[in-house]
Amino acid sequence: MLKRKDLLGIEDLSRDEILEILDTAESFQEVSTRPIKKVPTLRGKTIINLFFEASTRTRTSFEIAGKRLSADVVNISSSTSSVSKGETLIDTARTLDAMAADCVVIRHSAAGAPHTLARLTKASIVNGGDGAHEHPTQALLDACTIRQRKGRLNDLKVAIIGDVAHSRVARSNTHLLTKFGSHVWLCGAPTLMPIGIEKIVCENGEFLHLTNSMDEAVQDADVVMMLRVQFERMSESFFPSVREYFRYYGLTSDRAARAKPDVIIMHPGPMNRGVEIATDVADGPYSVIFDQVSAGVAVRMAILYLLVGG
Amino acid sequence: MSLKLNYQLMNSDEVTSTLNRLADEILKANDDRPVVLIGIQRRGVPMARRIAAQLAGKTHREPRIGTLDINLYRDDLTRVAFQPVVQKTEVPPNIDDRDVVLVDDVLYTGRTVRAALDALCDFGRMRSIQLAVMIDRGHRELPIEANFIGKKIPTKDNEVVEVKLREIDGEDAIYVMEKI
Repeated sequence: MLKRKDLLGIEDLSRDEILEILDTAESFQEVSTRPIKKVPTLRGKTIINLFFEASTRTRTSFEIAGKRLSADVVNISSSTSSVSKGETLIDTARTLDAMAADCVVIRHSAAGAPHTLARLTKASIVNGGDGAHEHPTQALLDACTIRQRKGRLNDLKVAIIGDVAHSRVARSNTHLLTKFGSHVWLCGAPTLMPIGIEKIVCENGEFLHLTNSMDEAVQDADVVMMLRVQFERMSESFFPSVREYFRYYGLTSDRAARAKPDVIIMHPGPMNRGVEIATDVADGPYSVIFDQVSAGVAVRMAILYLLVGG
Repeated sequence: MSLKLNYQLMNSDEVTSTLNRLADEILKANDDRPVVLIGIQRRGVPMARRIAAQLAGKTHREPRIGTLDINLYRDDLTRVAFQPVVQKTEVPPNIDDRDVVLVDDVLYTGRTVRAALDALCDFGRMRSIQLAVMIDRGHRELPIEANFIGKKIPTKDNEVVEVKLREIDGEDAIYVMEKI
């Protein structure tokens, strides 16, 4: 069983722990199909969404997950909290702990912020995305979607394409998929490939491949995962124009045709249509983008249950 | 804690004939009306399937069946050290105004059944909910009784009734074990 207080990243999870979360998530998918989409499991527990960065899907997904388990969910965003009055993260954490929160979901632009919090609080900490470091629940919901479509997490070719440099989604997914023995191809423009990326997966390094050629990454892929170009994290220009970016690294149906015939196309959202993905591909038959969103609620229910349930 | 065998309560033939008798009683009590069988995870699930097959043979009508995991409705979640594994729940659609028979292997404190009743009520308003169990071993902590009982036996607190079914355990048998 998951014997942890916190969920901070994929890197330090074992395969068994990941499988336990995914199996539990599959059982929870049923709850969202009921006429009354609620179970009493976390009645009387308090979950706080502490979001220092803009988020619709992750925050809403955690909120829905908590509410379907009957927990009380409180949302705090940085613009409306004392953080804007100068409170430190550590004091915010201690304050929430003093209010007897059972779980705090944190998103922060600084890598490691959830880890700092986890050392200071009695509450379980869930990393909802920290800087360009990790986004474990996204990788878990992606794994849930992949496993349901492909029946396995091993021996797959997964192309992760786009703004790898700024992407915590790419990191968490790379950790997860290489742990299970799938080949991950990270692909992006040279300016969008982080220096030293090959060092992030020392353990299963033979499963990690790097390329600047999108055609090479997509060739015979089982899964193509497109990353959003994160303009908000770019302080300088990383490519000449959006049109040029789309020409080299946008997923069009012609490019997607290089992948396996039963390829699935994923995107963590929000999508920039016409930047990293063409509209006909995003809405096409291979797209599982909205399956990912549904899986997200179930995965987050599973995590809240496993961390806070007892 | 380990378990030692006290005695064997039923062999394979007795398990089968008990399940058949439960099916007969369910049919009779419901005046041959169709029932929906819901097995409580885990051993209630194969039990419900076997009773359903027996009913189908007698009435030439396949009863609808479902499975229920009660872990999300437990009253002792805050007391257990680690969360129990949550298995699949698949309740057939539109069970409003139907007669539902909950199926479980052992009736003991009644807390599992309480959780199952709460869970079922989230799926609609059934005409009736009945309970069929293989073994009633006493020691109730809640005012809950079964409608259909395979066998009622007196037990001690330190005993464990183990129902084995071939779909899960590879054999049909019931053992009474003792905690040592």
